Amino acid sequence: MRDLARSDHPLPAKGADAVGLVNVTKRFPGVVAVDDVSLTVRAGEVHVLLGENGAGKSTIVGMLAGLQEPDNGHLTVGGGRVRLTSPSGSLEAGISTVFQHGMLVPTLTVFENLVLGDTWWHRPPRALVERRIAELQRDFGLDVPLDALTGELSLGQQQQIEIARALLRDSTVLILDEATSMLTPAGADELGARMRLLAGRGLAVIFITHKLSEAYRFGDRISVLKQGQFAGEIPPEELRGQTEVDAVEHMVRLMFGTGSAAPASRRATRAPGPVRLAVDALRTEGGAEVLALRDISLEVREGEVLGVAGIDGNGQKQLAEALAGQRPITQGSVLLDGTDLGRASVAERRRRGLRYLTDDRLSEGSVGAFPVSENTVLKEIGAPPFWTAGFERPGRIAAHARDLISTYAVRTPGEATPIGHLSGGNIQKVLLGRELTGDARVVVFNKPTYGLDMQNITASRKRMREIAEDGRAVLLISTDLDELIELADRIAVIVEGRIRGTLDNDGSGEMRLRIGRLMVGDLEAAS
Amino acid sequence: MENLLTDAFLSSLLTGAIIAGIPLLLAGLGEQMSEKAGVLNIGIEGMMLFGAYLGFLVAFTFSSVWLGFLGGIAGGMMVAALMALFCVRLGLNQIVIGIGLTLGAEGLTALLHHFQFSRTYPRLPAPVRADLPLLTDIPILGPSLFGRHPVVYIALALVVIMALLYRRTNLGLTLRAAGEKPAALDVAGGRVMMIRTAAVLFTGAMAGLGGAFMANIAAGIFIPYMTGGAGFIGIVLAMLARGRPFWVLTGALIFGGALSLTTALQVAGSNIPTDVIQMLPFAAVMLVLVLYGRKARLPAALGLPYERGAR
Amino acid sequence: MSVAETLETGAEARAGTGRWRKLLVVTLGPIAAALMTSGLILLLFGINPLTYYGFVLQRGLLSGLGLEQTLTRMAPLLFLAAGLIVAFRAGIWNLGVDGQFLLGAVAAAALAPLMILWAPGWLTLLAGFALAGAVGALWSVLPALLRAYQGVNEIITTLMMTFLGVSLANVLVKLIFLDPGTTVPQTRTLPVADRLPRLFDTSISSGLILGLIAVLAVHVMMTRTAFGLKLRTVGANPHAAAHAGLSVPRLTMAVFALSAGFAGLAGAVDILGVQGNVRADWNPAFGLMVIPLVFLARFHGVGSIILIFFYSALLIGAESAARRVGVPQDFTLVLVANLLIFLGLAEYLDHRRKRTEG
Repeated sequence: MRDLARSDHPLPAKGADAVGLVNVTKRFPGVVAVDDVSLTVRAGEVHVLLGENGAGKSTIVGMLAGLQEPDNGHLTVGGGRVRLTSPSGSLEAGISTVFQHGMLVPTLTVFENLVLGDTWWHRPPRALVERRIAELQRDFGLDVPLDALTGELSLGQQQQIEIARALLRDSTVLILDEATSMLTPAGADELGARMRLLAGRGLAVIFITHKLSEAYRFGDRISVLKQGQFAGEIPPEELRGQTEVDAVEHMVRLMFGTGSAAPASRRATRAPGPVRLAVDALRTEGGAEVLALRDISLEVREGEVLGVAGIDGNGQKQLAEALAGQRPITQGSVLLDGTDLGRASVAERRRRGLRYLTDDRLSEGSVGAFPVSENTVLKEIGAPPFWTAGFERPGRIAAHARDLISTYAVRTPGEATPIGHLSGGNIQKVLLGRELTGDARVVVFNKPTYGLDMQNITASRKRMREIAEDGRAVLLISTDLDELIELADRIAVIVEGRIRGTLDNDGSGEMRLRIGRLMVGDLEAAS
Repeated sequence: MENLLTDAFLSSLLTGAIIAGIPLLLAGLGEQMSEKAGVLNIGIEGMMLFGAYLGFLVAFTFSSVWLGFLGGIAGGMMVAALMALFCVRLGLNQIVIGIGLTLGAEGLTALLHHFQFSRTYPRLPAPVRADLPLLTDIPILGPSLFGRHPVVYIALALVVIMALLYRRTNLGLTLRAAGEKPAALDVAGGRVMMIRTAAVLFTGAMAGLGGAFMANIAAGIFIPYMTGGAGFIGIVLAMLARGRPFWVLTGALIFGGALSLTTALQVAGSNIPTDVIQMLPFAAVMLVLVLYGRKARLPAALGLPYERGAR
Repeated sequence: MSVAETLETGAEARAGTGRWRKLLVVTLGPIAAALMTSGLILLLFGINPLTYYGFVLQRGLLSGLGLEQTLTRMAPLLFLAAGLIVAFRAGIWNLGVDGQFLLGAVAAAALAPLMILWAPGWLTLLAGFALAGAVGALWSVLPALLRAYQGVNEIITTLMMTFLGVSLANVLVKLIFLDPGTTVPQTRTLPVADRLPRLFDTSISSGLILGLIAVLAVHVMMTRTAFGLKLRTVGANPHAAAHAGLSVPRLTMAVFALSAGFAGLAGAVDILGVQGNVRADWNPAFGLMVIPLVFLARFHGVGSIILIFFYSALLIGAESAARRVGVPQDFTLVLVANLLIFLGLAEYLDHRRKRTEG
């Protein structure tokens, strides 16, 4: 942050080359993450990098941010060839990055985070930062409470602070990596407007997303990546002339090669059966870091998918954990097939047929160092037939694991491979198989397709549809509205630990809007 | 008990608390910086011991206590350099390497002592004292507090200096970021490896100085294993004090006091076993942990190596 | 920092392929490097390392009496290893084994010599072991509670409890269990005839057998039973353990109790088998030495036994080398330290190779 004092940093002329990739290739063990990609990002433009997970977006961000270096090819800044060997090198070249997972230190104040990275013996320039933050507040409407503890702020606020930090550094290029994934629809629109404003001031904004409509609404130019390769570009001239439907069609063609990536039609709702899971006035305890649940009441019937929509961090995790028995309930009740689960343990609930597929497949769902086989029975340690008299039956466990691997089409070298070596999609398949083993009656899914590629997403959604059709009850917690609209019979909207309202899903385009209204507190939408 | 509270008793208690407390203070101040930066420096005991050895060797060879202190600092930093290489640069397990370095320093200094000193058992002359005029004349307190070797004042000054550095400059927040979320420091343009390396080297310097103080001032002689867990106490002080240098000072004086109480009681002719008193500070710390354990929060990335781009 | 994270437990060892290469690179490699580096240090002191190593080998392994001493010395080390394997595989840093060991020893030495006066020998020995194990476990209750329910780092608390335990053991020996019959401050002595029986016609204490059983039992428990998998799951990923319905706090308590209990038994086996009493200020500090060996063996039971065998030989050899070759026993510390550092380096190189090969 040696640039703090240099507030009149000249921005390149609009349309000039700000930063670029020239024939860049980057390999990781086993994969070519970026394959001979060339791109030019111009000053004064919002340049969207669009692609699925694994398309190479994050690797390009990593290289521009100085975290990785290309194996072949090179980067350019201001038209000239450069090497960005470290994050500080990237910052000095005028490139600031707002990462998908926030990169602020939660235990420092906002002010301390803003000056982080400066020479250690310097005194933090409080007055200067205050003055410049006031300017940013005025120009861009950024909300930057300097003395607040960063960890106590919402993710949206933290993102504003990261943007403010980039502007404080007088960056010429601002990279926003999946920046809307943590925001409400309104918050995303606000961010979009802010991007346009910044581009208007002459910054080059690189906006990474996998959401097509955001790409259309916020972007000037769209570059599409597909499996590490550059799949095509929609230049501003062309983009302006297209309607959203046309543009989306165009993007889909670039991303998938065919025009037929139309979302699967909505699941036909069948006549619901008896109530399987009934949650009544459920409350959990909150704290400095966890939101409390307040009076949650839900019902899921046999053969029904109840969706729970909400912005990340509004109590979804707590709800799933309370149902699974991982989080103590302070009030209310959970009834499974009419029986109160009371204080039943995680294992007991599982035995009775209540299953929970966690959203955190790496740090909660699996033990990376253990083989796939042990992970398939992790929730049944000690139970027959895999253990007899407390002793493991490795043959039986391995056979069970091989079964699961073939049923769920898990791609793994074998059941003895540590599960941590598999891709996210394949780990998810193992966990899904684990949850559906035996007598599953009610299955709670928490963000089941988050971070998966399109193929795995399609397969997972198909699986969930089948589960419901088999007569089980599904509670589907998701932040992806398209997924909910595709799968759910009814959609409950959770905001700050409360259910704001429940909508019957008619699959119409109206749903998105009505859910969005509920999220921002417009109770009329429920009607 | 009344007959215990004589001038001689109080004076030797205070003196002892300072003599025994200064190495603990130095070790604690050093460890504090490592821990802030996310390195749990179990090797500090080895750093102290090697500092004590090299400090004594230099002081004895050149007949200069001051050079001896420089030797102690160098000795501590030599062990710390290994720690930094293995644990910061290469990302090896900090506890395994820490134990290794402590065992190695114990073995090596014992060997060196055997081959160099075990026939002659050389001693240093009594340390110079920097009497502060007038202050030294205060009864009881005077000679204890103000009749000490200058290094004592340097150590005390360091407490103030560190507190100011942590509070007034970017140092404190840079270290905290390195210990809490090194990736965030990295992408903000900070240099995680360098700040952690520097923190470990500083710990080595402080520990080495503390060790040299034990050998050259407190004992006047180098004995194998003479640090006797002082480095581990430093770790405990740093953990309890977290970011606050003045808390390290307080803790060091309490521990030093307890350690010296034994000698003082002997002066006073009491026959309570020394072990009872030696237990007191540890028991007190455990009590504190039991009462406030929940709040003894450590940096989130403490003990974890940092590797850029690793997930 | 979880212990289990430092190693890829189980999975890889079971995969079988490259096992020998791995053994060579990550186990024998560091041993050879440590022997050479330590030899160089000897050379610097003007000692011929070959003479020294030869003497240690001769004295600790090849001479009959030396071998018997080596095997006897293994007993307490094996019990300590058993305790450490449980803890490390379950992701707990029990660095307090020395305190637990010493208090276990004092407990056994306090009970056995008095109990033998009225109880049969076998019962006395059994009671001695039981009490020592219980006392060892008791000494870990505080760190265990703090770790399980308050999340306080056990490295610090177990270290503190070791300092406390060593002092407490001294206080107990000097004030409470003092043998009124001698002027030396020590506990009463269990007569040689009442100690653990010798094996056959040798001087080897049968504690060796107990120690071997302990390590092998722990190994089987950790690798082949449901309870062991539960502990390993807690160690490798406590979140996953909670998600799978395991009670992480309770399992944590169990780990501490087992680990510290074995450390207490280690004290008992040394007292009831070899020493007969505890002298004041006695602290062999075996614990810090066994930790590296268990690490080097990758927490593997048989591997630990082999390494402890060689380490015991080294200790026995080095003890007489101190008198005969003029190299103090402290040299063994240098050797172990080198071993640890080369072990770390080997792990690092192995890890890097794996990544570059993909």
